[in-house]
Amino acid sequence: MNILVNDETRAVTSRTLAALVDELGLSGARIATAVGGEFVPASRRSQLSISEGMKIEIVAPMQGG
Amino acid sequence: MQFYGTTLASPLMLGTAQYPSPEILAAAVKAAHAGVITVSLRRESAGQKAGQAFWSLIRDLNVPVLPNTAGCHTAKEAVTTAHMAREVFETDWIKLEVIGESDTLQPDVFGLVEAARILTAEGFKVFPYTTEDLVVAERLLAAGCEVLMPWGAPIGSGKGLNNVFGLRALRAHFPEIPLVVDAGIGVPSHAAQAMELGYDAVLINTAVAKAGDPAAMARAFRLAVEAGALARLADPMEARDMAAPSTPLLGKPVLA
Repeated sequence: MNILVNDETRAVTSRTLAALVDELGLSGARIATAVGGEFVPASRRSQLSISEGMKIEIVAPMQGG
Repeated sequence: MQFYGTTLASPLMLGTAQYPSPEILAAAVKAAHAGVITVSLRRESAGQKAGQAFWSLIRDLNVPVLPNTAGCHTAKEAVTTAHMAREVFETDWIKLEVIGESDTLQPDVFGLVEAARILTAEGFKVFPYTTEDLVVAERLLAAGCEVLMPWGAPIGSGKGLNNVFGLRALRAHFPEIPLVVDAGIGVPSHAAQAMELGYDAVLINTAVAKAGDPAAMARAFRLAVEAGALARLADPMEARDMAAPSTPLLGKPVLA
């Protein structure tokens, strides 16, 4: 199915957010996730089902002032 | 001075953005003897994983991190960013920025107070980027903030302390609240001035990162905040309009 990850369309096979993080090669990485503008804690990623067209944000540490 | 019960190693808070290289950033943080470094969150690309390299760099610096909500224009965006930052950086400290105007990057103080109230209720230790407005300061404290971070001048402008009267009034009104000048400091003398006014810390980024030699400038800021803090403790003289001779006139020979 097609979803939007950080505003890029991606065809993925994962059914949950936890699986998607794995599929993108980010398991174990220091990241945080949000779906539809709402924060999804790491502990809830495996319960969050992915559906067609879902908008997912994945962020990581970055330089800041 | 303690910030939410934590004593910092130094009153110099240093931003981590805009340095020419990660090595120069690390050298500047060490030369500054920074008490805190500020960090942010951005989208992670699956291929590049830039964030992971940055994370290992800041972890090795072993300086407390203060994540920001830079770029957020609404309270909701800032609150969600704070939640993400807490998970990524494993800290409940958050430098809360809600930007209201894009030319000056002036804080939206209404959204700021709203976001501060929500985050404080959720256990965050909020460091609000605000103006020097006394009434807004009162509202932020009522919302649960225990630190205030008024701007000196617009972010990245390097203009120094635009409203010394306002900053002095804020210090006088809230003698027990930790105050940090955040934004607008361009040269070490601005930082020394903030400390002389009785501010507890300064937050600097562009002035160090964009200097020709960031590590040397970081050291200059370190010395400036130390000088300013010492001057404050030493109780500076009052300024006056007219001259007052410093050399005693008594015993002066009559030569005219």
